[in-house]
Amino acid sequence: MKGTYILAIESSCDETAAAVVKNGREVLSNVISSQIALHTLYGGVVPEIASRKHIEKVIPVVQEALSGARMSIDEIDAVAVTYGPGLVGCLLVGVGTAKAIAYAAQKPLIGVHHIEGHVAANYICHPDLEPPFLCLIVSGGHTHIVVVEDYGTYRIIGRTHDDAAGEAFDKIARAIGLGYPGGPKLDKLAKEGNPDAIAFPRAHIDGCPYDFSFSGVKSAVLNYLNTEKMKVRDAASKDTEVLQRHGVPTGGDAEGTEFCPDVFSDGITKADLAASFQASVVDVLVTRTIAAADALGMDKVAIAGGVACNSALRAKMREVGEAAGKKIYYPDPILCTDNAAMIGSAAYYEYLAGHTADWTLNAVPNLKLGER
Amino acid sequence: MKILAVDSSGQVASVAIVTDDAVLAEYSVNYKKTHSQTLLPMVEEVMKMTGTEGKDLDAVAVTNGPGSYTGLRIGSSTVKGLALIWDKPIIPVPTVDTLAANYADYGGLICPLMDARRGQVYTGLYRFTDGKLTAVVPQVCTLLDDILAKVNECGEDVIFLGDGVPVHRQAIAAGVSVPYTFAPMHRSVQSAASLGYLACTYLREGKTVTATELVPEYLRLSQAEREREERLEHRNDD
Repeated sequence: MKGTYILAIESSCDETAAAVVKNGREVLSNVISSQIALHTLYGGVVPEIASRKHIEKVIPVVQEALSGARMSIDEIDAVAVTYGPGLVGCLLVGVGTAKAIAYAAQKPLIGVHHIEGHVAANYICHPDLEPPFLCLIVSGGHTHIVVVEDYGTYRIIGRTHDDAAGEAFDKIARAIGLGYPGGPKLDKLAKEGNPDAIAFPRAHIDGCPYDFSFSGVKSAVLNYLNTEKMKVRDAASKDTEVLQRHGVPTGGDAEGTEFCPDVFSDGITKADLAASFQASVVDVLVTRTIAAADALGMDKVAIAGGVACNSALRAKMREVGEAAGKKIYYPDPILCTDNAAMIGSAAYYEYLAGHTADWTLNAVPNLKLGER
Repeated sequence: MKILAVDSSGQVASVAIVTDDAVLAEYSVNYKKTHSQTLLPMVEEVMKMTGTEGKDLDAVAVTNGPGSYTGLRIGSSTVKGLALIWDKPIIPVPTVDTLAANYADYGGLICPLMDARRGQVYTGLYRFTDGKLTAVVPQVCTLLDDILAKVNECGEDVIFLGDGVPVHRQAIAAGVSVPYTFAPMHRSVQSAASLGYLACTYLREGKTVTATELVPEYLRLSQAEREREERLEHRNDD
C-alpha cells in the first residue's frame, strides 16, 4: 500500500526546518538550519534577525528535505506548517512559504500546533507508542501535564502558574553567566556539581496537585547569587587579587550574560548551584507527573518539548517512573530541538482526521494547545 | 509574456496578471493590514479569473523592499513558494521604483515618499523617458530634507506620491522651491499593475533571481543590529 508522505515546515523560533515524513512515523529527511551562532551575539533570540534569516533559508531547507527524501513535490500528499505558538514574524515565513507551495502544487495544507509537534516527536522515536498516555510538556513557553486521549485530543490537567520550566532555566543560566542558549549549557555545568549542595524550595500549590510554580525557586537562586556577588565585590574593594581568584572578567561582560563567581564564600561552586537548581525543578516535574499518572491509572508517560532533552530530567523520570511501574518515553535529542519531522508526524494524524486549512491560514503567536 | 505580480510591501495588498501590452487583472485591497490571510486568496482569484495556470507564466514579480518588514516577508515567502513549485524565475523590483511607475506617463520628476518612521523616508527621484525609467536618485532611506534638497537642486517640476505624503505634506510645502503637485489618492499607493509594467522590462533584460536567491531589501538593519553597532563604535571611541 502506498504510504502518506507529508512535507513539513517549521520556523517558529530560531531554527528553519523542513522534513518529509511517511505515515507520521518514518522520517525520510529532517533538515534543520540553526541560527544559534547568530543570536549568541545578542544573548538571546532577536525576532527581527531570526525572521530575516528564515526568509533566506526556507527554500534551500525545503529543497534539501525533498532531495534528501528522494522525492519530488508531486509525490507529496500534503504540506504541513507550524502556525503557532511562536514569534509571529518567524511563523509568517513558514506559513507564507507552505501556503504558496501547497497552492502551487495543488496539495492539501495542514496547520500544526508547535507543541503538538513536540508531543508527536515521541511517535517517531517509539513506533509502539499510541494514545492514551500522559505527557509532560516542558519548553521555554510551556509546562503542562496533559492526557493525550487520542491523536490531536489533549486534556490539560496541570500547568505552571508563572514561569515555564525552560524559561526558568534560561533566566538562571543567564544570571550565572552561561548566556544563550541557557538550558543545554546549564545541563552541562550541572553534571559537574552536587545537586544536594543547596536545598532550593519545591513549591506546592494548594488545591492544584499537578500545577507548577517556578518563580519561588528562581528568586531563591537569584537572591543567593546577589548575596554572594556582593560579598565578592566587598572583598574585591579591599583586595584586587580576590577579583582574579573568583574569575571576575577584566574586560566588558559579554552581552546578555552576567558576571558570576566560580566559587562562592561557603565553598559551594557555580556547578553545585546549577545542579541544585536543576534538581529542584526536575524533582517537582517528575514527582507531579508520576503522581498524576498514578491518580489517573495511566501506565505510559512521555516527555516532550525542548527541555525533554535535559539529561537530569530524562534520568529522573526513568528512575522514578519505572520504580512506579510506568513505561517512560522521550524523544531522541535531535527531535527535542525544534524540527519539522515532528510537525510532519503531528500533521499526519490531522490529515487522517480531515483537518486541513485553507489559503487564509495565518500565524497565531499565542495559539493554545488543542485549539483549531 | 505573462507575469504574476505581487505587492505586500505597505498598507495595500495588490496582485496582478500582466502581459506585454495589457493588465489582464489587478486586485488591490487597502483595508486593514492582514496580508498573510488575504494575499494568497487574492493570487488564486486573479489566476482563476484570467484562466491562468502556473505553467502559463513566464515569471513571478515581487515588490522587494523597502517597506514593512513583515509585509515584505509575506510577499517574499509567497513568491518563493510559487516560483519554486512552478519552476519560474522571480523578478524583484525595488518598492520605490514601482511607486514611480504609477507615473510612467509624467513629464517631470517623480518623487515617491514612504514613511520610514524615526524621522526618515524611503524615497528616490525618477524620470520616465520614452517609457524607460531612470533614477536620478536610486531608492534610499534618508531624511526628508535631504531628498527635498535634491529636488530643489534639479530645478524641475516634481510630483510627490506615497504614504509619506500625508505625513510630511506641510514640511514638503515649506521646503520645496520648484513647482510641485501631490498625486491623487488612486495613484499614490503601491499597485501590482505598475509592478508588472516594470517587471516586463526587467524580464526582457534578464533581471531575475531564483526562489533561493530572493532576499528582501530592507534598506535598514534590525534595531538590535543597529544598537549593537552603536555600542561597538562607542567602545572603539573609548
